[in-house]
Amino acid sequence: MACALEINDVHKIFNRGTINEKVALDGVNLKLEPGDFVTVIGGNGAGKSTTLNAIAGVWPIDGGRIIIDGTDVTGLPEYRRAVYLGRVFQDPMTGTASTMDIEENLAIACRRGQRRTLKWGITKREKEIFHEKLAALGLGLEDRMTSKVGLLSGGQRQAITLLMASMKHPKLLLLDEHTAALDPKTAAKVLEISDKIISENKLTAMMVTHNMKDAIAHGNRLVMMHEGKVIYDVSGEEKKNLHVKDLLARFEEVSGDEFANDRMILA
Amino acid sequence: MLCLMTLNPLALLRAFPGSIAQGMIWGVMALGVYITFRLLDFPDLTVDGSIATGAAVAVMMIRGGVSPVLTLPAAFLAGMLGGLATGLLNTLLGIPGILASILTQISLYSVNLMILGKSNQPVSVDKYPLVASLRYVTEGTTAKKLLFFLGMVAFLLVLVAILYWFFGTELGHAIRATGCNANMARAQGINTGFIKVLALMLSNGLVGLSGGIYAQFQGAADINMGRGAIVIGLAAVIIGEVLFGKFASRRKLAFAFTLTAVILGAVIYYMVYQFVLWLKMPSENMKLFSAVVVAIFLAIPYLKEKRNTKKGVA
Repeated sequence: MACALEINDVHKIFNRGTINEKVALDGVNLKLEPGDFVTVIGGNGAGKSTTLNAIAGVWPIDGGRIIIDGTDVTGLPEYRRAVYLGRVFQDPMTGTASTMDIEENLAIACRRGQRRTLKWGITKREKEIFHEKLAALGLGLEDRMTSKVGLLSGGQRQAITLLMASMKHPKLLLLDEHTAALDPKTAAKVLEISDKIISENKLTAMMVTHNMKDAIAHGNRLVMMHEGKVIYDVSGEEKKNLHVKDLLARFEEVSGDEFANDRMILA
Repeated sequence: MLCLMTLNPLALLRAFPGSIAQGMIWGVMALGVYITFRLLDFPDLTVDGSIATGAAVAVMMIRGGVSPVLTLPAAFLAGMLGGLATGLLNTLLGIPGILASILTQISLYSVNLMILGKSNQPVSVDKYPLVASLRYVTEGTTAKKLLFFLGMVAFLLVLVAILYWFFGTELGHAIRATGCNANMARAQGINTGFIKVLALMLSNGLVGLSGGIYAQFQGAADINMGRGAIVIGLAAVIIGEVLFGKFASRRKLAFAFTLTAVILGAVIYYMVYQFVLWLKMPSENMKLFSAVVVAIFLAIPYLKEKRNTKKGVA
C-alpha cells in the first residue's frame, strides 16, 4: 500500500541571492502511513508551515519530491493538488469566502477537484447534508446556512473551514496552526472538532501547533522540526508517554548543540 | 437668482426621457463594471476601449447590411476579446491587473480605428432599423415611446435574470470565491487564473454589448466614445449601492436586486448629468464633474469608518 504522503529531501530557499536569503527547508524527509495523525512542533522559522505550504503547492520547491498517495504532485499547481488535500489555515479569514453564504462556501468545497460547470452551484440534497453536518458541530450554524461567513466569529469560521476541508475525503488534511488565532476556550472546541472529524472520516492529518501540550495530546505521532529539518519523530506508546519537559529537553539539546558550535566558531 | 430664472423647467423635462434611455443602455455597461470591480476585485480599465470596440463592430456591420439586432451578439463577442487580452496579460504574463487593462485599452484604440477606418462612422436611423435611437424617445407618439421603454426594461430584466442564474452556478460561485479570497479558491481546487479570464471576458462582453446599443442610440460610433467610460460605470455601481444597497441586501434574491440597483444607478447618473447640464454647466466640465461624484461616493464609506474609529465605536 502506498504511503499517504512521502516527502523526499525537499529544499526551499526564499529570496535566494539577496541579503534576505533564508533557507526554509533544508532536506525535509517524512513518510506518513494512511491514518497517521501527525502533530508538528518547532520554533519560529523551523519550517513547519513552510512544509505544509510545500505540500499544498503554494509555490514551487527548489529540490526534492512530494508524493501524495502514490501520485507525484511535485510539478502540479496548487489548485490541481487541492483534490488530494483539505486545508485549514492559521488566519480564520483565509479558509472561507466572507462575502458568500455558509452553504455556498460548503458547496464550493463539495466540488473540490471537479470541473465547475453551468450546473446550479448547490443542490437540495447537499443542503440537507450540510444541515446535518453543521448540526453535528453543535455551534447552531445549521440555522444560519444563508448567512454570510463574514458575519461569523473566528472559531465558527475555523469550524466551517474544517468541515470544508474534510469534504470529498481528502488523502491528507493539513492543519496549519489553525487554533493559534483563537481564544483558549474556542481553540479547545475547534481542536475537539478536528479530532472528531479526523477519527470519524479516518483521515490522514498533519497539524502544526505551537502548543506542546496539544501536540502530545493529539494524534498518534509527533514530529519536531528545527532549521528546515525534521529532528525528532516519535510515535505509538513512546509518544503517548511524552511530557512537555521531555520535548523541551529534546529541543534544548538540539539548539544547545548549535549554540555550542557557534561559540566555538566565535572563539 | 436672476440666472436661475432663465432656466426652463420644461426643457429639463423634455430632456429626461433621453437621459433615462441613455442611462439604461449604460446600465448594461455598469453591470460589466460591477462584475470586475465588485465581484472579481479587479481594477479593469479595459472598458474604455471595449465599449468603443462593441460600438465600432456594431456600426460597421450595420453599414455592411447586417440586421442591427444581429450585430449585438457580435458586439458582445468583440468586447469579450478585449477582456480575454487583459486576462491573458495578467494571468499568463504576470502583468499587474490595472496595467494589463491599460495596455489592452490603448491597443483597442488602434484596433477600433482599424475597424472604423476613420474616427467617426454614422448610422442613420432613417436608413437602418436600429434597435435603439434617441429619436425613439423624442419623436413619435407617446405609445411608441412607451413601447421602446418597455422593450428596454424587458431586455434589462432578461439580462439581470441571466446574470443572476450564472452567478448561482458552479462557475459563478467560482468567480465570486476567486474575487473574495483567491487563497481559499485555490485551496478548493479553483483555477483562479482561468476564472479571472472568464470573468473579464463576461464583463467586457457586456461592455461591448452596451457599446453596440449605444452607438445605435446616438447614431454613430466614435473613436473617443469610451474615454472615461470606467468612471461612468463606477459612478453607476456606487450610486446604485449607496442608494439601494441596504434595500437590496434585505430581500430574497438580493443579488438580482443589487444588479438592478446598478442599472438604476446608471439611470440616475444620467438624470443628474442632464440636470447639471440644464443648470448651464459647460459640457466640457462634465468629466470633471463625474470624477468628483465618484471620488465623493468612494470616499464616504472610508470617512465614515474613520470617524467611527475616532469615536471609539466598533
